Amino acid sequence: MNEEEIYREHVLDHYEDPFQKGECPGVTHAHQDDNPLCGDVVRMELRIDEDGKIADAWFDGTGCCISQASASMLTETIQGKTVDEAKEFAADHMLELFGARLTPNRQKCCLLSWRVLQTALFSPKDGEANGG
Amino acid sequence: MTTAQTSRFDPATLRADFPILAHEVHRGVPLTYLDNAATTHAPRQVLDCIRETMERHYANVHRGIHALSEQSTELYENARGKLRQFFGAEHADEIIFTRGTTESINVVARSWGDANLQQGDEILLTEMEHHANLVPWFQAAERTGAKVRCVPITDDGELDMDEFAKMLSPKTKVVGVVAISNVLGTINPLETIVAAARKVGAIVVVDGAQQAPHQRVNLAELDVDFYAASGHKMLGPSGIGILYGKRGLLRDMPPFLGGGAMIRRVTTEGFEAAEPPARFEAGTPPIVAAIALGATVDYLAQINMDAVEEHERTLANLAQEKLLALGGIRVLGPTADKKVGIVSFVVDGVHAHDVAQRLDKHGVAVRAGHHCTMPLHKRLGVAASSRASFYVYNTVEDVDRLVAGVEETQKFFRRGK
Repeated sequence: MNEEEIYREHVLDHYEDPFQKGECPGVTHAHQDDNPLCGDVVRMELRIDEDGKIADAWFDGTGCCISQASASMLTETIQGKTVDEAKEFAADHMLELFGARLTPNRQKCCLLSWRVLQTALFSPKDGEANGG
Repeated sequence: MTTAQTSRFDPATLRADFPILAHEVHRGVPLTYLDNAATTHAPRQVLDCIRETMERHYANVHRGIHALSEQSTELYENARGKLRQFFGAEHADEIIFTRGTTESINVVARSWGDANLQQGDEILLTEMEHHANLVPWFQAAERTGAKVRCVPITDDGELDMDEFAKMLSPKTKVVGVVAISNVLGTINPLETIVAAARKVGAIVVVDGAQQAPHQRVNLAELDVDFYAASGHKMLGPSGIGILYGKRGLLRDMPPFLGGGAMIRRVTTEGFEAAEPPARFEAGTPPIVAAIALGATVDYLAQINMDAVEEHERTLANLAQEKLLALGGIRVLGPTADKKVGIVSFVVDGVHAHDVAQRLDKHGVAVRAGHHCTMPLHKRLGVAASSRASFYVYNTVEDVDRLVAGVEETQKFFRRGK
């Protein structure tokens, strides 16, 4: 029995027309990782201001529809949130945000950007002038 | 539907032997199983053998005096005899039952490798090896100080035999090669490789996981030193495979796993190892699976392995032709005449996982990912691919469903473009 559709409209929308895909101007924190099993790559770049707010969030990457669409959704969600709020955004929240039910294998695709974000929050970009 | 073009056997009739093929994985959608290079389904004859063995003949082997133990032992050793015949080995004691190809190669790397490799030696593998024929050798290299080198492939997905000739030297102690690539389907020139290895005194270890199910194999003629294969890739159960080793080599090799069955005598001071094959079958073996593997090769031999190869080549050719005709598709590997049964492909702009997910909706089961060949995918410049692999029970209709599914996938991900 086929479950609900994974490639829902909003998933495809994010995949085809992603939110802030590219380089983050004035980036202060960044991290990149991949899923060696399928070759999905996601990079998250953040500009965190003095008040501990994610003033700007961008992502970049290549890979399957699930990995890239979820990265776009996550980027949009954390834009403007505080670092503490982003840290509290758990894996379950990410799966909820994605919406469609995913099998364990595809959950890995969906959670790649979330993993990258959680590390990026702790990864100040060395040698980068802190714009502010 | 046309089936006549393929062969001396009728796959449509044969399908009746495979209960799972009549099963709907998604409601109302027939199963198009094209993931045979990963694992295959068992015919009723093999399933019946498993049941009958468990119900009437089961006991531990080589242990008891009682009737069931004797029956079980006889069936187990008969199965070894059937495998000897199927693979054209000279002696039944050259066939060791293992859990599968991976374990078989590990036995060689651990036992032969540790006893024979040292600093300065080279282990020559290829860029198209499955991880099962890479990692055990990297581990052996770590233990012994020997060095692993990989023969590159050409852009056409064949072994670069000029490079092979250059890299082979008196330092080479092991040549490890996959008989048929699990991604490209490329059939490697084993005869040439064996002849060259002989000249420098290297042993040849063949990963036969994708060859044993699809081509007639004659190990005595091939003259390889070790050959590994898995039962579950050739219509048998999982958890059983074989390691073939030349009698002379096996007799000089130390046991790898220690325990029951592999000993001749144990004292409080130590042990004496049994002769092969028992030396390499420590503990209670997968008795039922081994007996079922005997029934499996009976089934394949009855179909005729030459007919199997011909049938799969026909289907793979057709699939390759029709997929390429769609446009926007790259098929990995050489031209169809140089390979067998496997079509790995990349759909422009669509990740392999999305292809497989979409095909699943149509009941088409293919594998997506790197297929345990990360170095090969790196060489090909793709992160992942989708792989359709064929077997005896596949039909022209299966090819049509695959192609229709891929076409729909292309349209789906190109909406609005």
